[in-house]
Amino acid sequence: MNIAITGLNATDNPGPGVPLIRSLREFPGFEGKITGLIYDTLEPGIYMDDIADNCYLIPYPSAGHQVLAERILSIHEKNHIDFIIPTLDSELFGFIKIQDRLASAGITTFLPTQEQLNIRSKDNLFAFSVKHEIKVPKNILLTSAQDVYTIPSHMKYPLAIKGIFYDAYIVHNFEEAMAAFHKISSKWGFPIIAQECVKGDEYNVVALGDGLGGTVGAVAMRKLYITDKGKGWAGITIHDEPLIELAHKVIQKTKWRSGMELEFIKSADTGEYYLLEINPRFPAWTYLAPVAGQNLPWAMVQIAQGKKILPFTSYETGKIFVRCSWDLITDIKKFEQITVNGEIANGK
Amino acid sequence: MAIYTVPENVAISDSGFLFLASTGESFTLNETGKEMFKMLQQNFNRDEILAKIQNDFDTEAITLDRDFEEFISQLKSYGLIKSV
Repeated sequence: MNIAITGLNATDNPGPGVPLIRSLREFPGFEGKITGLIYDTLEPGIYMDDIADNCYLIPYPSAGHQVLAERILSIHEKNHIDFIIPTLDSELFGFIKIQDRLASAGITTFLPTQEQLNIRSKDNLFAFSVKHEIKVPKNILLTSAQDVYTIPSHMKYPLAIKGIFYDAYIVHNFEEAMAAFHKISSKWGFPIIAQECVKGDEYNVVALGDGLGGTVGAVAMRKLYITDKGKGWAGITIHDEPLIELAHKVIQKTKWRSGMELEFIKSADTGEYYLLEINPRFPAWTYLAPVAGQNLPWAMVQIAQGKKILPFTSYETGKIFVRCSWDLITDIKKFEQITVNGEIANGK
Repeated sequence: MAIYTVPENVAISDSGFLFLASTGESFTLNETGKEMFKMLQQNFNRDEILAKIQNDFDTEAITLDRDFEEFISQLKSYGLIKSV
């Protein structure tokens, strides 16, 4: 079996590709091959030992889904692909659009639906959570600079100003809010989201939904170290039943199909969990799940092939990940090969 | 009769390192704290714990009594013990 995976990038906001590949490769008895689908010739996963058997450049999402489909199918002709796991938010729309075309060529996927993607978008998540009685920080949409003036009638400073796709700033007054509004809108467009700040610790859950409302597995983690970009750079597996129940509830209400990450904040005042975001793919810390006893990427591949998997019911707490930075040394011949040919075989 | 219980999600190692599995928080206990906590875990009552600690660590009763109350208060605030 050959599994193609994207997101082999690893800058200060690393992609989930490499940890997914580690999860699959380390499953006992895994004998498949891994193809890396990359957007840039310097994605570190290309050059790492024992990660991808081969890598192919694919077009950026901005090129459109037809171009993406043609490229994937041309790779498939040379190097048969059985299953594709896209791991980046920005590429999901394109893969959803081409999944039928891929399926008719024999390539399986296990993706959320477009409707599910819409539910979790930052401008819809508030309404979804309120409807299903899931606690969520108060949230208003800003569609013009004029709306920034109305923020104090909805919530108090400090608060978060967020882009529809990426970027978020904590602001303490009107001036900071307006500056953040312009900065984000010029980069990511509208709407902008103003979100109430809930004080507390951040907890994340990596989970797999079966597409029918069932949870195949869910592992919770508390961030131990957070970078200035708000990314967890170290974390520990924890188990708190209300948090896991919330994850099950979100999956049940959305009938989530695929891997996902749920971001929560536990209020320091009330101890209640507030849902901050639903990320529609496995996170970059996914490798913690198999280490703790739930190999969710492996389970996803099995389900996608129509195999029955018993849901995971427990995992080990106290497992810690500490992300590191490591200068990988390679040769210009490898860089030349991927740059000139758009593909590279790692000799396995 | 025990007046405190240690929740199931709290684990203590031989070195006195406490781990609260519901939040991922960890704490370090000194030798006296470790002994007290292990006795709490084994459902010893207040008087039994104080008698053992006073015997093992050669401490004045009045100091030990004050320190024990402070220790219990801290453990409760972190969710590491519960009153029965």
